[in-house]
Amino acid sequence: MTPEQPKYKTSDEVDFVVVGSGAAGGIIAKELSENGFRVVVLEQGPYLTEADFTHNEIKVLNEDLLTNHPKLQPNTFRKTPNEKAKAQRALVYGRLVGGTSVHFTANFWRLHEIDFVERTKLGPIAGTGFVDWPITYADLEPYYTKVEWEIGVSGLAGASPFDPPRSKPFPMPPLPTKASGVIFEQAARKLGWNPFPAPMAILSQPRPGRSACINCGFCLAFGCEVGAKSSSLASAIRMAEKTGRCEIRPNSYVHRIELDANGRATGAAYFDAQRNVHLQKAKAVVISANGAETPRLLLLSANKQFPNGLANSSGLVGKYLMLNSGAVAVGVFDQPLNDYKGFAVSRILHDFYELDPHKVGFYGGGGIDARFDITPIGFANGGLPPGTPSWGKEFKHTLAHNFTRTMEVMSHGTSLSVESNSFSLDPELKDAWGLPALRMTYKDHPDDMKLATWLNARALELLDAAGAQKKWSFPIEEQQFAVHLLGTCRMGNDPKTSVINADHRTHDVKNLFLCDGSSLVTSGRGQPTMTIEALAFRAADRIRGLAKRGELTA
Amino acid sequence: MTIDTNRRDFLLRSCSSLTAVWLSTHWPALLSAATHARAAAQASAPTKLQFFTPEQAKEIDAITARIIPTDETPGAREAGVSYFIDRALMTFAIDDQKVYREGFPEMQARTHELFPTLDKFSAATPEQQDEILHSFDEQAAGNRRPYRPRAAAQSFFDTVRLHTIVAFLLDPDAGGDPNGVGWKVIDRERQHMFQPPFGYYDKNYAGWQPVSPSDKAKS
Repeated sequence: MTPEQPKYKTSDEVDFVVVGSGAAGGIIAKELSENGFRVVVLEQGPYLTEADFTHNEIKVLNEDLLTNHPKLQPNTFRKTPNEKAKAQRALVYGRLVGGTSVHFTANFWRLHEIDFVERTKLGPIAGTGFVDWPITYADLEPYYTKVEWEIGVSGLAGASPFDPPRSKPFPMPPLPTKASGVIFEQAARKLGWNPFPAPMAILSQPRPGRSACINCGFCLAFGCEVGAKSSSLASAIRMAEKTGRCEIRPNSYVHRIELDANGRATGAAYFDAQRNVHLQKAKAVVISANGAETPRLLLLSANKQFPNGLANSSGLVGKYLMLNSGAVAVGVFDQPLNDYKGFAVSRILHDFYELDPHKVGFYGGGGIDARFDITPIGFANGGLPPGTPSWGKEFKHTLAHNFTRTMEVMSHGTSLSVESNSFSLDPELKDAWGLPALRMTYKDHPDDMKLATWLNARALELLDAAGAQKKWSFPIEEQQFAVHLLGTCRMGNDPKTSVINADHRTHDVKNLFLCDGSSLVTSGRGQPTMTIEALAFRAADRIRGLAKRGELTA
Repeated sequence: MTIDTNRRDFLLRSCSSLTAVWLSTHWPALLSAATHARAAAQASAPTKLQFFTPEQAKEIDAITARIIPTDETPGAREAGVSYFIDRALMTFAIDDQKVYREGFPEMQARTHELFPTLDKFSAATPEQQDEILHSFDEQAAGNRRPYRPRAAAQSFFDTVRLHTIVAFLLDPDAGGDPNGVGWKVIDRERQHMFQPPFGYYDKNYAGWQPVSPSDKAKS
């Protein structure tokens, strides 16, 4: 239930307007409002709550109950800048209060120390924008810990020999071990690898107003009906609302950031549910609209001072998109796993987090997990072995036999930053509000493809060691569909080669901040939300410091 | 206990009191489609169809019964799939009406083409029906994931196939077949709360333990 919130007038100059209420926006709103600032959060999607969530696969997966809708917000795709983009659904993100954190799987890996300094260690990689971060793991560690304790992450500290240093253990034990986790753990150990309980942003113990996980099994793509999944909706947004200083304004689609004559942001212009346009005035603006919509909003906000897009003097807004590479192997076992019960993942391994390019012949690294994340209709359409008929007696029998006996072994890995991989404005296609649609340009770097192939071979090796009756994997193809939206307004010290500084402040507009997947400099190994949230806690800390020192209004 | 009760109890226990209001006002149209389908499948008198003519309903019933046939376990017919599709075409699948309208004559023509003595799919033997459907089956098996972009236009048969699977496997407590025939066939327990152990392999699992140095040396 939504607590009583302040109702700010659009003409009130609040301290901050935050665009987006997802993994980053929710935390920034919470932190700033808890520190005494008046905050308006503008969220393009509706304010749904636990009571609105459903296990209805059609409503959620086909009708986009929780996500961007291809009819309202169509987009285009092309592999390279030389091609004309074709209309095609190219991305999915959460379009509701809580954003993508509502429907994600909730894998919550920290980045490791190497992720921040890998360019220095390995040297340049031709054809890429591979660079170090302007911050280190040590800078971010306290904020990872804040995420675990304040937002709610279950796990077991010290279980992985590859884990980076941590200042505190997890606040609660790992979730139960699924059958897929037991199979994975035993097989991985046979192979000499180091499986460990997956850190998950799902509660294993209840918290005030939130249930512990009830193991219903509808995690990926679905909203949690008991608040066990640590979405921004279930955690940060509720905390922000409790301050009495934060207004969450849903159905508010921001399409322009306005500047004054001095080049300072004055607020955010948005369409309300009736498509009337308003301007919410604010002393400072934080955009956390995700790695696709944040650069799009900057590009839509082009003006005389910034003809190529707001805060885009570097020309890099929207560029260096990274999606994370990956692969899926599938195994069928003799006895029922019933892996539809529980949640998606209970065991992972990080033995291949940092591969030696001299040994394997390519850059990259990743993690591998045991999972079952497909709900029944999805399983009937995509979970059966290749060659199984798609209807008839054999289809029915295979479906009936395999549904309880199947598990996936999923690999997640690096993507290299390539400048031409990007989100930009389509020159022709418009959305339902008449605004230029998102155009995605993406072609995996060859090393990303080699990595996915290499990790998938380990996954198949694991399924062999586990004694799977049958195993196969999905073809490793160049990606044309984005879920992780990373790197498109990268952080850096040099205004010529980055969009924001280490405080998340845009180099060009002093009271404009960006924080979400777009801030990432490298892709990590495949589970970015934990890092996005740690960055959000840190960004809020830095912004608060700047505001207290009067540097936002100077 | 009815399925509705299960679902409502579950939601009411876990959510706010607003849930009850929400349930009474926003219960999905799919639930109505499913309830209708089940009642229709069990009714002795003919059920009022909303989209199909009685003749079309007979054809759809015959097609869906080959997609998920009845054998030692129930199939599409027992799950009331054709009635679900009839209602679906007036609600969430309204955009697919054209595919069906154009599909019926196509199916009839194909039936006649392959078996000149026949004018209706439903009049064919099961073996003949399978042959007719195979001639429409352009969909390669497997390798589809929920988030993969879907083809914009699907053939009539592929659409019926997809709708049959939806009707058979949609969560019975969230708009699917209220008797949960499909979930019974795939052994998906009809609950929304589970406790470990979940399956055979985790039954006697002792819990995660660090690998001892001696075990490490052996591996």
